[in-house]
Amino acid sequence: MIKAIPKPMEEIIDYVKDCNKLLIAGCDGCVTVCEAGGLKEAKILSSALRLYFTQGGRQAQVDDTSLTRQCEKEYLLQLSDRIDQYDAVVSLACGVGIQHMAEIYDKKIVFPGVDTCFLGVNEERGVYSERCQACGRCILAETGGVCPIARCSKRMLNGPCGGSDKGKCEISKDVPCGWELIYERLKTLGQLDRFETPTSPKDWTTSRDGGPRKIVREDLRI
Amino acid sequence: MSVETPSKLQKMINAGHFALTSEVGPPRSADGAVIEHKGKLIADYVDAINVTDNQTSVCRVCSLACCIRLKTMGLEPVLQMVTRDRNRIALQSDILGAGSWGINNILCLTGDHQQFGDHSSAANVFDLDSIQLIQTARMMRDEGKLLGGHEFDVRPRMFIGAAANPFAGPNVGLRVSRLAKKVAAGVQFVQTQCIYNMDTFKTFMKMVVDRGLHEKVAILAGITPMKNVGMARYMQKRVPGMDVPEEIVKRIGGVPKEKQADEGINLAVDQIEEIKGLEGIKGFHIMAIEWEEKVPEIVERIGLYPRPKLAD
Repeated sequence: MIKAIPKPMEEIIDYVKDCNKLLIAGCDGCVTVCEAGGLKEAKILSSALRLYFTQGGRQAQVDDTSLTRQCEKEYLLQLSDRIDQYDAVVSLACGVGIQHMAEIYDKKIVFPGVDTCFLGVNEERGVYSERCQACGRCILAETGGVCPIARCSKRMLNGPCGGSDKGKCEISKDVPCGWELIYERLKTLGQLDRFETPTSPKDWTTSRDGGPRKIVREDLRI
Repeated sequence: MSVETPSKLQKMINAGHFALTSEVGPPRSADGAVIEHKGKLIADYVDAINVTDNQTSVCRVCSLACCIRLKTMGLEPVLQMVTRDRNRIALQSDILGAGSWGINNILCLTGDHQQFGDHSSAANVFDLDSIQLIQTARMMRDEGKLLGGHEFDVRPRMFIGAAANPFAGPNVGLRVSRLAKKVAAGVQFVQTQCIYNMDTFKTFMKMVVDRGLHEKVAILAGITPMKNVGMARYMQKRVPGMDVPEEIVKRIGGVPKEKQADEGINLAVDQIEEIKGLEGIKGFHIMAIEWEEKVPEIVERIGLYPRPKLAD
């Protein structure tokens, strides 16, 4: 899932300090799972902002809500009858949801309430780590189910580099070397022969290098 | 086996002599005299001179410009290229540029992560990795072709090298496998990471020889003399992929401060003498970091001076 972290309170206050009517809009999708932007976080943020305005002697209205998914138009449209009353919206969805909100309500100021970080897993509550960079052409079948693009700091297709130390990446002792993981997994699977075959340069056109991406599935279109 | 190129380094190896290479680091300014000075210090003592490519991700004069300077001085440069900062368009462009100047040696590296350098907030590239750069250089040389498919007549005639690090543990076998992968990609020589852990290096070389890899790639053993115990400790604790056993630190630290530099040179000489006897070693890569003036002394003490003359 998409992983995000809440933005620092000071940054959000800096965005909204001149507003009189604010809506804090959470999202029930990914950001709820990583506890950065669901209904619970929307309520916490709205309370904190009300406190901020009250302490500053300001009478500002701060409401909160959460939508099923901000990346889908039909859920965003649920705000259509009341969004006009607000000066601005703080969206706690990921960067996708924030932009979609701004697209649908193109005259409304939409501020980001989270920093969207990566596609990752929950290692445990409060600990998330990256697994996929959405390069658009999956090679996990060749690499023992461990992605070198997401998990090698140099996105090497023929790692590990000479900087790994005791199975850890040169950038940090807390980061496992992705290629050590691949090597061990291939060994477990009895596929070590794959390791010594060079992988040729990758076609990055399906990644961000190809420009903004779009999927059109004719088989699904109505 | 290996494609013949005009490289003097390749000729020295093929003639059966221990080959010697060293390296010079470009300056962090536009001062062209620095490389000229460093090149002159070691010119008569080594067969080829590596020019590092923004090593440890610190921005410096580019490797290609310095290689051209060395070439015009009549020296034999080895163009180090990392894939961190340039995509395949720029890398191939530089290889063509090097070829146009008659630079005949390339060292293909992935490069340190930029977080170690002076621009840690930079974006990195890593369009290719070291092994793909080897493949690319080989295709340009042997097929006269770019990755994009364009075919051309005048080819860069590169003796293709890479690095090998037996010490980036814990698994020495993995490191031998990776060397085999570089061989499969077309590498012709490798320069190893600085050797301090002799036991691990011997284990690595035995596995290399058992697989016959030493007959497919010329292995130059990497030697870096320690200036003092502080450097030994720094390399032990701080440099990625470096394995400095405690006894090395103790040996350098066990002599008075004013004698530590001499002891560092003694250690380097002892290491080379020991490695000379190992099967599969074709020469030495002496990396005297900001201490190039000591290379002549080391080369003389290991009995490899003067350098053999090659027939043209």
